[in-house]
Amino acid sequence: MLVIDNLTKRYSTGDLAVDNVSLSVPAGQVVGLIGPSGAGKSSLIRCVNRLVEPSGGSIKLNGLDLSRLSRGALGQARRRMGMIFQEYALVDRLTVMENVLSGRLGYVGFWRSYLRRFPQSDIDRAFVVLERVGLLDHIDKRADALSGGQRQRVGIARALVQEPDLLLVDEPTASLDPKTSRQIMRLIVEICAERGLAAIVNIHDVALAQMFVQRIVGLRKGAIVFDGPPDGLTPEALTEIYGAEDWAATISKAQEDDEAETGLPDKTLASA
Amino acid sequence: MSAISRRWTPPPLIANRALRYGVYAGLCLYLLVAFSTIEFNWTRMSEGAARAGNLFAGFLRPDFTSRWDDIEAGLLESLTMTVTSTIVGIILSIPFGIGAARNIAPAPVYAFCRAFIAVARSLQEVIIAIFLVVLFGFGPFAGFLTLAFATIGFLAKLLAEDIEDCDPAPLEAIRATGAGWWQVLAYAILPQVAPRLIGLSLYRVDINFRESAVVGIVGAGGIGATLNTAMDRYEFDSAAAILLIIIGIVLACEYASGFIRAKVQ
Repeated sequence: MLVIDNLTKRYSTGDLAVDNVSLSVPAGQVVGLIGPSGAGKSSLIRCVNRLVEPSGGSIKLNGLDLSRLSRGALGQARRRMGMIFQEYALVDRLTVMENVLSGRLGYVGFWRSYLRRFPQSDIDRAFVVLERVGLLDHIDKRADALSGGQRQRVGIARALVQEPDLLLVDEPTASLDPKTSRQIMRLIVEICAERGLAAIVNIHDVALAQMFVQRIVGLRKGAIVFDGPPDGLTPEALTEIYGAEDWAATISKAQEDDEAETGLPDKTLASA
Repeated sequence: MSAISRRWTPPPLIANRALRYGVYAGLCLYLLVAFSTIEFNWTRMSEGAARAGNLFAGFLRPDFTSRWDDIEAGLLESLTMTVTSTIVGIILSIPFGIGAARNIAPAPVYAFCRAFIAVARSLQEVIIAIFLVVLFGFGPFAGFLTLAFATIGFLAKLLAEDIEDCDPAPLEAIRATGAGWWQVLAYAILPQVAPRLIGLSLYRVDINFRESAVVGIVGAGGIGATLNTAMDRYEFDSAAAILLIIIGIVLACEYASGFIRAKVQ
């Protein structure tokens, strides 16, 4: 259970990225975080694992206040939070297995990790998640030898091997084609259900979000302006989040897509 | 189509006509005055021409045999100096390079490492060698220290710049797994900079070999000292042999490093 209370982030440039946000995500729930570019979606999820230092408020994961942890304790806490990135953020010159095992770095000492002498239990975990994401045939390939969808699967495996309580997902499909985007979103949602993971998914593609997540939170200028089920996203709600636009196409598109899974949807409207 | 053809010429560098010609005239005058101060001593040049003849004659028939013992000793000294100074230089340049990368080093460490690199780079090898020969006496130890010091300046600076150019996304991702600072270094930075570090190190091997010949001339041992002796004794045929060997070894290094760099991508 993740509980965010009055979280505020103001950058040293004076930009208010996150404005007094309160949000709680119970275990097993996948929240889609939508909003225009610059609304503070990335800052918000990075405040949770403190890749960005919050300026105020508190963030509690299973009762532990993350915003007050010392450096060492923060490292321990980060092990419980898996993160999945937009451009995959893999280390290109490492193999798939090394990239996945890097998810265990928080549990292993420096020399063991440097010499790639991970405990057998960690290697077993890595094989389990690699099988789950369907990459068993590629474990010794270099990460830059894979396709975009495969690379994102490595990213997912790296987050899962941490055995996290929470997934922070930053634009997982932004660099993928429409079909792969769906496969990746489906995989994330299924895994969260299997493992009872809470997840916050930043996503630009409203139609895609509506298809897969149970709850949508809309952010505008750093503040929450919408919080509800996917079908609560009326044209009025979208206007509230993104500003005035003709939303009929976006919404109807999402419903059509649900029925005709095989067709390639036109992403341009949804990601506008 | 318009019947009138309009003329266009590029605008002059200096718009003001008087200033423009003034600057040109001033430059010409300066060059004239400057050249007039150079002394051409024709007698000395004609005397030197005879020596130059001997020199080139020597180069046409290099003599590898009569001074081979000296050449061999000098070469071994130079190669030892090259290998040891490169290895020590690389080992020491890595911490300095990491410390001088703004994206991973704390500010005071960054300032210290940058200052050290700036000092190491501002002094040319020959100057360092003269200084170290005074400190440690003639011989290859001074040469070894000179080249190791110069290697640190060179490699640490380029390594630091390469670290600063790293893709920040993997750094963020590795940090987000709960990895410590050293693990971020080993997993996110090192794989990204490794090919360039290897390439630069190999490049430094042949720089250090060439420099070992130069620092020998100021007394820091190696093949340079042998070359200097041969020149002083007017044994141009032996000098030619030494130069040919230096060229051969540098070429061999060049091909070897090219081959290895192509393998490590």
